Amino acid sequence: MFYREAGQFKTSYEKDAAIFPIRQDRIGIAIILVAAFVVVPFVATPYVFSAILIPFLILALAAIGLNILTGYCGQLSLGTAAFMAVGAFAAYNFMLRVPHMPVLLAFVGGGVMAALVGIVFGLPSLRIRGFYLAVATLAAQFFILWCLSKVGWFSNYSSSGVITAQRVEILGYAFTTPASKYLLVLSIVAVMALAAKNLARSNTGRAWMAVRDMDVAAEVIGIRLMPTKLLAFAISSFYAGVAGALYAYLYLGTVEPEAYNLDLSFRILFMIIIGGVGTILGSFLGSAFIALLPILLSLLVSFLENTVHLSVSRSITSNLELMVFGGLIIFFLIVEPHGLARLWQIGKEKLRLWPFPY
Amino acid sequence: MKAMKSALLGLTMLGVAATAVAQSEQFIPILSYRVGPYAAGGSGYFGGAIDYFNLINATGGINGVKIAYEECETEYNASRGVECYERLKKVKGGATTVEPLSTGIAYGLLDRVGTDKIPMTTFGYGSANAADGRVFPWVYPIGTSYWSQAAAMISYLGQQAGGMDKLKGKKVVDLYHDSAFGKEPLPVFDALAAKYGFELIKIPVAHPGNTQESQWLQIRQARPDYVILWGWGVMNPTALKAAAKVGFPRDKVLGVWWAGSEEDVIPAGDAAKGYVTAAFSAPGTNFPVMQDISKKLYASGKGNLEDSSRQGSIYHTRGVTYGIIIVEAIRKAQEKYGKGKVMTPEQVRWGLENLNLTEARIKELGAGGMFPPIKTSCVDHEGSGMVRFQQWDGKGFKPLTPFMSGDKEMVRKMVDESAAKYAAEKKITARDCSKES
Repeated sequence: MFYREAGQFKTSYEKDAAIFPIRQDRIGIAIILVAAFVVVPFVATPYVFSAILIPFLILALAAIGLNILTGYCGQLSLGTAAFMAVGAFAAYNFMLRVPHMPVLLAFVGGGVMAALVGIVFGLPSLRIRGFYLAVATLAAQFFILWCLSKVGWFSNYSSSGVITAQRVEILGYAFTTPASKYLLVLSIVAVMALAAKNLARSNTGRAWMAVRDMDVAAEVIGIRLMPTKLLAFAISSFYAGVAGALYAYLYLGTVEPEAYNLDLSFRILFMIIIGGVGTILGSFLGSAFIALLPILLSLLVSFLENTVHLSVSRSITSNLELMVFGGLIIFFLIVEPHGLARLWQIGKEKLRLWPFPY
Repeated sequence: MKAMKSALLGLTMLGVAATAVAQSEQFIPILSYRVGPYAAGGSGYFGGAIDYFNLINATGGINGVKIAYEECETEYNASRGVECYERLKKVKGGATTVEPLSTGIAYGLLDRVGTDKIPMTTFGYGSANAADGRVFPWVYPIGTSYWSQAAAMISYLGQQAGGMDKLKGKKVVDLYHDSAFGKEPLPVFDALAAKYGFELIKIPVAHPGNTQESQWLQIRQARPDYVILWGWGVMNPTALKAAAKVGFPRDKVLGVWWAGSEEDVIPAGDAAKGYVTAAFSAPGTNFPVMQDISKKLYASGKGNLEDSSRQGSIYHTRGVTYGIIIVEAIRKAQEKYGKGKVMTPEQVRWGLENLNLTEARIKELGAGGMFPPIKTSCVDHEGSGMVRFQQWDGKGFKPLTPFMSGDKEMVRKMVDESAAKYAAEKKITARDCSKES
């Protein structure tokens, strides 16, 4: 009833190619953006900003990066966290060694360095695919972290290989409060998510999808494999690199290379699998599921402990949290193997017909 | 509906009552980890801390002030740890001090504790340069840092060799966990190798370190006099088994304190017999304070350890030591800011910075010999730098040396340099300690 596109006529090619062709979607997105930019900063507490929203957005950005590579171009990667580390360490070195470096440019620089490294580790994708490529990117994961802790120059010869992010200042304004950090992260993520969405709808995105669906066929219709795949690697790593720099600068502050370990790569991979492979929305949903659900469970447990005075030992509740989380993952994968984004899509189809499904 | 309303009302009232009570209590968040690969250490350590807090509460609190605590599971994961810290820093009147027992989490909190003005302790880990209180006013690596420990280890080896001058020409292998943790002591080892003229061979082991054949082959070929085992987790028993396989004497293997708990040696079985490790607190159930914990808590089923036979184990006594030091810091703060009052984080910070635990005071607390005397100051947040060495005999750790320290002056010089570099990088102006009271 509310979600009907009847009566919305597309009278020009521009309208037909619009990013959100349905009016209700445009309104919905506008409401979400207004809520995120205007309402949330007024209502959220510092805890919500710095422990929930900021990591959620940063991991969503990394998930978008991996989605570009795995979801759109079909190249499985287990090295996302390593590319994030490249972004963080590169941004740190740009800030450290280039005088008067603007921090946003340092983030972009981190992304570009990650993209270059991504291209190098993407080269094997021209010859191998599937699980074998995953193993090659696994090598990237180990090699990059090893290299960052081995070569002292990257961490400015810190004895423990740790970097401490410099102050984030843009045009003289220092981003120190949780709310201001959140707004900065949100702006960057919003712009980059929009760019990714448009990229996926462009020529490039269609070429990626053609390669994903069948690379021989894609080659036959005139898509050059090498530039297409390497471009996917570059852009994906760029996203990961920026996310990594944000992770260091606006979230943790001080990081060791170990913060970007294989575990994080896996978590980002699970985000896109649970959220939905090959959708931008899925990156956000997956990030919310993987990053926020354990926190919600743990909050629930401590709430119960404080109110009902559960006399269960902490070791049991901690393990229970993990078990419930694992159970939920299995539940969602059985109910909808194509991810939460697909669930939303089905919901939309149903909404179109509701309440007269005939 | 009515029932639900009254239930809700009851809940809110309960909440109000809880906060009202909490204000007369000193709140300490416990960022514990009881699941995952490091659960054994986490449950023992935080179990020990909670046991001591409960003991204090059972015996009247700190001059009447009871300790309130709340646990949050970090899974030893930096982002979960940051979430726990953010969640607990404001509850029950606010966190007064925090101890994450994880290098990654400690780094994630480093900037935050400064802005929130909550002192953080990093007991026996973390970055050594935080011992410089002028640059790190909110971080307290109380006891010993990795650098002090590394220096003490070399002093111990010197003792074994019959004098520091006898180290000349000896070969020492540093078999280390290839991470920030394992790399931290390398500058100290390098400097000491240059000073005493022994040959240092550095052999990294990639995480998690469950295969070490090639490393031990390398060690066998090098024929070192000693092997320093700077390991963590599964790497430790693996190293001991590999040492047994190549026939390297275990009493020449010297472990870091994170390689020196029951959890590290028991899986290696007989291969661990004779193995020597460093420790910053002594294990055992004979200390009066451990006896109290056993009698007042475990006898009535109030102990925090699931397995009460773990009482007096290395991690448990380490946790108790942490508890003692925090409680003493709060006591010290109360001496200045009013006995029987709940201290603010700033006041606890002052207490941590002016801690003076003499041999006599430690004995009074029923922990004589459990940990070395500690005296902190504005400049020196470490306060001791002493470790002792212990040997695993197959059943328990037997002490080999009293608490001892290494070349403290050299370590302190390196701390100052490193902290100054950090301050320059972060554009921090160091505090002037002559103006602190």
